Amino acid sequence: MHGRVKISLTINGERREADVWEGESLLFALRERLGLPGSKNACEQGECGSCSVILDGELVCACLVLAAQADGHEVVTVEGPGFEHVQQAFVEAGAVQCGFCTPGLVVATAALLKQTPDPNEDEIREALSGNLCRCTGYAKIFDAVRLAAERA
Amino acid sequence: MSASPKTVLGWIGESVRRADGTPKTTGEFAYASDLQAAGMLWGHTLRAPHAHARVRGIDLSAALTMPGVHAVLTHEDVPGRKTYGLEFHDQPVLAIDRVRYFGEPVAVVAAEHPEQARRAAERIVVDYEPLPPIADPERATESEPLHPARETYETGHYLDDPRPNVVRSMRVVHGDPDARGDVVVEGTYEIGTQDQAFLGPESGLAVPDGEGGVDIYVATQWLHVDREQVAPCLALPEEQVRIHLAGVGGAFGGREDLSIQIHAALLALHTSRPVKMVYNRQESFTGHVHRHPARIHAQHHATRDGRLVCVKMQILLDGGAYASSSTAVTANATSFACGPYAVPNAHIETTCVFTNNPPCGAMRGFGAVQTCFAAEAQMDKLARALELDPIELRLLNALAPGDTLPTGQRIDGSLPVAEVIRRCAALPEPAPEELPRPAIRLPGGAGNTTRGEGVRRGTGFAVGFKNIAYSEGFDDSCAARVRLFADGSAEVHCAAAEVGQGVTNVILQVARTELETEDVRLAPGTTAAVGSAGSSSASRMTWMAAGAVRDACRAALAERESRGGGEVDVERVYRHRPTAPLDPETGQVGDLPAHVAFACAAMKVVAEVDVDLGLTRIVWIGTAQDVGKAINPQAVEGQIEGGTAQGIGLALMEEIQTRDGVITNASFTDYLIPTALDVPPIVSELVEDPEPDAPYGVKGVGEPPTVVSTAAVVAALRDATGRELSRVPVRPDDIVGLT
Ligand code: FES
Ligand code: FES
Repeated sequence: MHGRVKISLTINGERREADVWEGESLLFALRERLGLPGSKNACEQGECGSCSVILDGELVCACLVLAAQADGHEVVTVEGPGFEHVQQAFVEAGAVQCGFCTPGLVVATAALLKQTPDPNEDEIREALSGNLCRCTGYAKIFDAVRLAAERA
Repeated sequence: MSASPKTVLGWIGESVRRADGTPKTTGEFAYASDLQAAGMLWGHTLRAPHAHARVRGIDLSAALTMPGVHAVLTHEDVPGRKTYGLEFHDQPVLAIDRVRYFGEPVAVVAAEHPEQARRAAERIVVDYEPLPPIADPERATESEPLHPARETYETGHYLDDPRPNVVRSMRVVHGDPDARGDVVVEGTYEIGTQDQAFLGPESGLAVPDGEGGVDIYVATQWLHVDREQVAPCLALPEEQVRIHLAGVGGAFGGREDLSIQIHAALLALHTSRPVKMVYNRQESFTGHVHRHPARIHAQHHATRDGRLVCVKMQILLDGGAYASSSTAVTANATSFACGPYAVPNAHIETTCVFTNNPPCGAMRGFGAVQTCFAAEAQMDKLARALELDPIELRLLNALAPGDTLPTGQRIDGSLPVAEVIRRCAALPEPAPEELPRPAIRLPGGAGNTTRGEGVRRGTGFAVGFKNIAYSEGFDDSCAARVRLFADGSAEVHCAAAEVGQGVTNVILQVARTELETEDVRLAPGTTAAVGSAGSSSASRMTWMAAGAVRDACRAALAERESRGGGEVDVERVYRHRPTAPLDPETGQVGDLPAHVAFACAAMKVVAEVDVDLGLTRIVWIGTAQDVGKAINPQAVEGQIEGGTAQGIGLALMEEIQTRDGVITNASFTDYLIPTALDVPPIVSELVEDPEPDAPYGVKGVGEPPTVVSTAAVVAALRDATGRELSRVPVRPDDIVGLT
């Protein structure tokens, strides 16, 4: 296909290069070209948060970032380090059902706790309102966030 | 928050961590959309832009010359049967001479890159002659037949209805249908089209085996029934089609029908390359069936002291363009129309019609959601007319074991309706919150639309029930295979689809309990290693898998014992007690029951409504649910919370909008599902009243919360607004009185 570009970026602390088509999202590049399918694609429109990653320290939807825009930047995905306590809390709290939302929620939760280490209920709800979950009704996700906060 | 689960996987009755929990949090768990294979191509589906059109011709020439393209296929390339379907083979694999719904598959393309496949599909030229669509289900039976070649379904179990475009019509006549009460209330109710909106879109990978057969890795609810439909279309014997469960990102009924299975296999066999297909969100809205929209007219008669005398209901279900599981949804809507109440006289009439609207089929609650909404609104109306407390009225009429349903079926198992009502009613509601308060705790939320002047609080209550497992004589079975090894470990094979509900843990907990060891693995689900499990639907999988795994474990232990040790490998098939169809003329049971068992739930909802702006906020929900025996209490709570959230969605925001059959809101921007701001704290009481016939006394738990929550939420909105609110989803216009 036309318009191929070479990008080079840091992913989960490692220097990575990829040959992408200029129209491809960062999400597509991560999932299909870089062997990191942990970030999920559930809408490709910035509505569900399943593709949440950390780009230069900011929580973003990888489906809304072009792969080419990430050239030279630093990306942390759910496969990366630093999420263990959140992951553990999700499993223990029963916050995982089908799990398709989970990688995005893990990343979003970690981002929330970094900014607000001891969030109250309203803060949790607001921070996670961009992450859709169709299975759990969110209650156990909130439990997981509180559990992760307690343990951090 | 419930107690933390044990770290080691445990026994029946314990809150056990999900076996697939950790890989799902780290991103390692392979969903169907994550699969890769060497030399893989990407498939794409060209879909009809019309709700109804004749297909006069298809020109593939431009598409075939597009870069990266390896195959462009139409119905002519389907080597075997050209149609498929869950009950009737009425749906073309690829459109033949007519398209009957917006988004119907017309051609499929395989290319090196998904974008190349998409672009090539755009270059396919289809010559359509648009036809007037049947968009209004009320007019379907007066319109030209959409399936003119369709003969009467020769099952003998269905009412012979000569009208065109009837998928199934059904009638239940019980007692004296003309019996009159002292008090009569009436209403007409409407339910919009809900989408399952599972988060992981339809996906899969088909890999040709080099010997003419194919392996299909797919997110589905029932591997073996997929194979039954796929193999004849590919003109292959079933052994040459192996279907394997790939990670499923939610299902809720929406994966009972086929999606990519045949298409990807056709492309793979044609190109001799693995082919992956992944729908995007927009395509997903047309890629699966939906919950039937319904119009229900109900009339309830009662004595002055509040006893139900007679219920009359006319139910119209829009089945959309193809039959899918509409016949069974029709039976359920009819069977559970009156709600969990003792009704001595009834006349229920249900018609499910073909239209050019999106096809409808299975969704959590399966016909009982729609009727619960109508029946519970009627009970509240009756309570008002009788000046009785709505909870008292429900208790007065609550069904109990020994009572008879309007279908003549006697409740001979567990059904603790009065107990769920009492336990739910007893849950303390939170005190009203003072004003002013942060915007996020007001209707309209972070939108900061109000300071709370127009906010009214209301409380609603509802009760609902439905059947567990398949009904009406369906041969409902589940196989499990257990291998015991010399080192004391065990391996279980069961094709039960883990769709997120947690059946993996159920299987492991049962096997550990029966085998008295923690050292049990569950092998991946595949048609190649074990018999059918039936579908992860109808709240049946816990019961059926528990029965099959229990029986296989016990048989394996017995065999090892009789052989004096060594390795054993046994497979057992579990069946629940037989059922039989209802009489087609009267809707009454004969010697056998029509349904195996029932489960009920009661729910109380506290809501705040801004009556000036039409905005709502659900404040709190309390529920008591009849769960038989909770195998994994934490997972049961999870089902209740998630099922309730889906009912909130139908009550407040979820509706597929169509214009002349064309979907106009196929995205998460326009089709809204509840977010973390929309679902309140949910207190759930698990009522454990073991089902005598079921393994360990279990019941399915997935559907009752969805059945009851829409009704309960709208009851709270009615209490807050004083308005009738007879249609869901309730729109702001309905609340402020503009409709
Ligand atoms: S896939 Fe990126 S927000 Fe939904
Ligand atoms: S667990 Fe299925 S979408 Fe959240």
